[in-house]
Formats: sequence, C-alpha cells, structure tokens
Amino acid sequence: MNPLQPIGRVFLKFLATAGRLLTFTGSGLSHTVRAPFYPRIIGRQMIDIGYYSLPVVGLTAVFAGMVLALQSYTGFARFSAEGAIANVVVLSITRELGPVLAGLMVAGRIGASLAAEIGTMRVTEQIDALTTLSTNPMKYLVAPRLIAGVLMFPILVLVADVIGVFGGYLVAVYKLGFNAANYLQNTWDFLTAEDVNSGLVKAAVFGFIVSLMGCYHGYNSKGGAQGVGTATTNAVVSASILILCFDYILTEMFFTKH
Amino acid sequence: MNQTPKIQLRGVAKAFGRKVVLDGVDLDVGVGESVVIIGGSGTGKSVTLKCILGLLSPDKGSVKVDGEEVVGMGSSSRERVNRKFGMLFQGAALFDSLPVWENVSFGLLAEKRCNRSQAKDIAIEKLAMVGMDAAVADLMPAELSGGMQKRVGLARAIAADPEIIFFDEPTTGLDPIMADVINDLIVKVTREVGATALSITHDMASARKIANRIAMLYQGKIIWQGPVADIDKADNPYVDQFIHGRAEGPIKMAVRA
Repeated sequence: MNPLQPIGRVFLKFLATAGRLLTFTGSGLSHTVRAPFYPRIIGRQMIDIGYYSLPVVGLTAVFAGMVLALQSYTGFARFSAEGAIANVVVLSITRELGPVLAGLMVAGRIGASLAAEIGTMRVTEQIDALTTLSTNPMKYLVAPRLIAGVLMFPILVLVADVIGVFGGYLVAVYKLGFNAANYLQNTWDFLTAEDVNSGLVKAAVFGFIVSLMGCYHGYNSKGGAQGVGTATTNAVVSASILILCFDYILTEMFFTKH
Repeated sequence: MNQTPKIQLRGVAKAFGRKVVLDGVDLDVGVGESVVIIGGSGTGKSVTLKCILGLLSPDKGSVKVDGEEVVGMGSSSRERVNRKFGMLFQGAALFDSLPVWENVSFGLLAEKRCNRSQAKDIAIEKLAMVGMDAAVADLMPAELSGGMQKRVGLARAIAADPEIIFFDEPTTGLDPIMADVINDLIVKVTREVGATALSITHDMASARKIANRIAMLYQGKIIWQGPVADIDKADNPYVDQFIHGRAEGPIKMAVRA
C-alpha cells in the first residue's frame, strides 16, 4: 500500500471537518441577526448558562485567588517582594485566570449539556420535526444558545474576577498577616481598565466557543445513546482546547498592541 | 385523474457513500389520495420520505409538490412548501422540553397564526380530535405512554391543517389494539382535514386499513403499485412474499450487513 495514502486520507478528513464546522458557524451566526428571534429561549438559555453557573465559577475563582496569593508569597518572600502579591493576584485573575478557569469550568458544564440536549433531539428526530413545523432548527436551537453564551460569559467572568481577588485578599490578610487597607489600596492602584476589558473580550470569545462546540457536536451526532455520548465528550474536549488556543491568540493581540 | 398530482417523484436516486439506497423511484400521489409505501427494513422508505420533506436532498431525479420542483429549492421557498406538510414521526419526536399543548400548537405559533392563549384552545380541540382529554394538555411528553405520545404526535401533525400528511411507521412499537386505534384515527383525521396522505410502513394490517393505493419499494425501486384491493392478486412474487410474511421467496434478507 502507498504510505502516503493514510496521510492523505487523514488530511482530507480534517479539511472536510473544518469545512463543515465553518459552514455551521457561518449559518449559526447569520441566524443570530435575522428574524424571527426567540427571546423566550434566549432568556432561558441565559439563566441556564449564566445564573446556574455562578456556584461553579464562584468556587473555582475563590480557590484560584487563594492559591495564587499563597504561591506568590512563597516565591516573592525570597526576594522580599511580598508587597507585589496584591498586584500579581489582581492582574493574573482579571487578565488570565478569571476568563480561562471560568471558561473551562463552564465548557464542562454547558458544553456537555448543550451537546447532550441537542444530540438527543437529533437522534429522536426532534430536529427533523422542527423542520416540518416551519421552524429552522439552526435559528431555533443554535442561534439563541450562541447569543446567550456570548452575553453571559463576560458577566460570569466579571463575577469571577471580583470573587478571585477577594480570595487572594482572604489569604493575604487572614493567613499572611497583610494590612487589609494596604492590600486593597495596592489592588486598586495597579488595576487598569485594560486588564479587565481584555479579560472580558476573552470571555465573550470563550462563550461563543463553548456554545458553538456544544451545538455543533450535538447537531451532528449520529446513532443512539452512544452517539450522544461521543458528541458530549467531543464538545467538552474541543471547547477546552480551543479556549486555551484562543487564549494565547487573544493575549498576543492585546500584548502587541502596547 | 388528469389533475396535477399532489406529490410527484421521478427517477429519485440517493446513495450514502457506496451504498445505493434509492435507485430511481417514480411515484405519484394524487390529491386527497392515501398512498402507503410498504417494504422491508432498509429498503429506503424513510429516505424517500426525507427526500420529499427536504431533510435529505436526492442525488438525482425530481420531486414535485403541487407541480412545483422542490429539489434544490432555496430555504425560504422550502419553508413555504413545508407549511403544506404535517408529519407523524416514528418515535413521535415530541419536544420534551415543552408541555403537550405547546407541542401540538408549535407549528401554529411558529407561523404566528395565533397567540399563545388561542394556541392552547386550538391544541385542546386537536387533542379532542384524537380522542384525548383536555387534562393531558398540561402534561409533559415524558409523562405519557408510547401510544399516547403517538396520538399527541398525530394531533401536532394535523394542527396546522396541512394539505399533505406523512406517517412514518405509525403503528411500530404499539400493541395491536393501540395500533388499530391509531389506524382508525389516521383514517378519520385525514378525512376530516381533507388531506392527502403518504405513509410508510411494514405493517400490512395498517397498510390495508389506511391506504387507497399501495406501492412496494424493493432495492431502491417501486416494483409494484396499485389499489389496495388488488394487492392480493398482484401476481408479483416479491409482493406476495412480503404481504404473507414468508421467509422463503425471491426477497433475500441480508442477515449479515
């Protein structure tokens, strides 16, 4: 057998998948701006993605902030630079850990549930049923979830930022013995709008990625229960990888701007 | 019958990879007629239906609805044509996140033909047509038995007063009595809404009851069609084997894929 054959086959398969995903993305995006809109579904999805993710995101953020304060203290104490802890915590949380950790946690929560829900609708012919009832499934199922993802992620990340910084404050003040007023003053002095904004832009992109991956894998799931299971796994894995990948791309864009 | 057929299929072919499923299907369904396509599992009955509905697009051939070519149609005209259709799915395919009444009036609400409070009244009226109590309207689909889900699916299929109703294996998975109830309902409601019906099934009792005309699909082609009364004297060994459900005959079941 020609040794180039399998390579070619894998490459062609990759191109086909990329093409399918791009077509899906384009179609999903175009339906977010064309009537009819489904405000009730968008609302329900916003509550699902935003409100019900708060405990997960909040817990992740508070521990991330706490461990960050502790670890940077261990490092910085060697250079007598303990004063920089407030700075390190607030910058890491707003620029990086807030959006990425919230994104990964919600990718697990929301990406999986979207893929399972839409995948089940696919295998039980509910998506075909939508088409026969004068409803475009891309518009009814995918577009509202994309809108809800993009709108709710920044809000979740904003909450995660506040809770994360508070976690750092808790450890710095109650465990490491920092002066509370000084710590808060340091946090506030170092923070710029740019730090928070870049984190929120990342959050919106991550929200889009999570919703898109959940919908795409669910929509294209095949077979019965096993197909839905595969779709769920693929949604979470691909969303997580894309989040980390786009995190670098976006960071570099913000980085080179200055 | 010299008027335009409601549905006309000419040379419809569809293959998945190397597997040819439909190999030139020709079929006419006249206005107000009830045609049943019979055939074994995997002979392409569902694929034929999906090609007409636009859920799949055929590789070759033409599908006309009211004389209008629908293959390769743009999505907005497709939506317009699909408004003529109602469909009862094999597994009922009810939306499990919505209560029964919203399922029934889903199409009406999507087409904005009524507001939500009117929609509920219409849903209750349609549920009554399939012999269901108004109390069912507020239940969720998961709380219903299989036969009841089928009935709700039937109510949903007729809710928008479609011109054409498709039935995908309407009696599969039901006990014989419930199957007969569904058959009666199909006959009754299609007559009441005056719709043309196209069904696919492998249940001969059901086919005899709901059909005016029967067409048999075998290896991607219609090998026999005629009025339901003629099927017993069809003089076609394939049809004969199928309607009597014999394992021996010209049709060889692929035991291994």
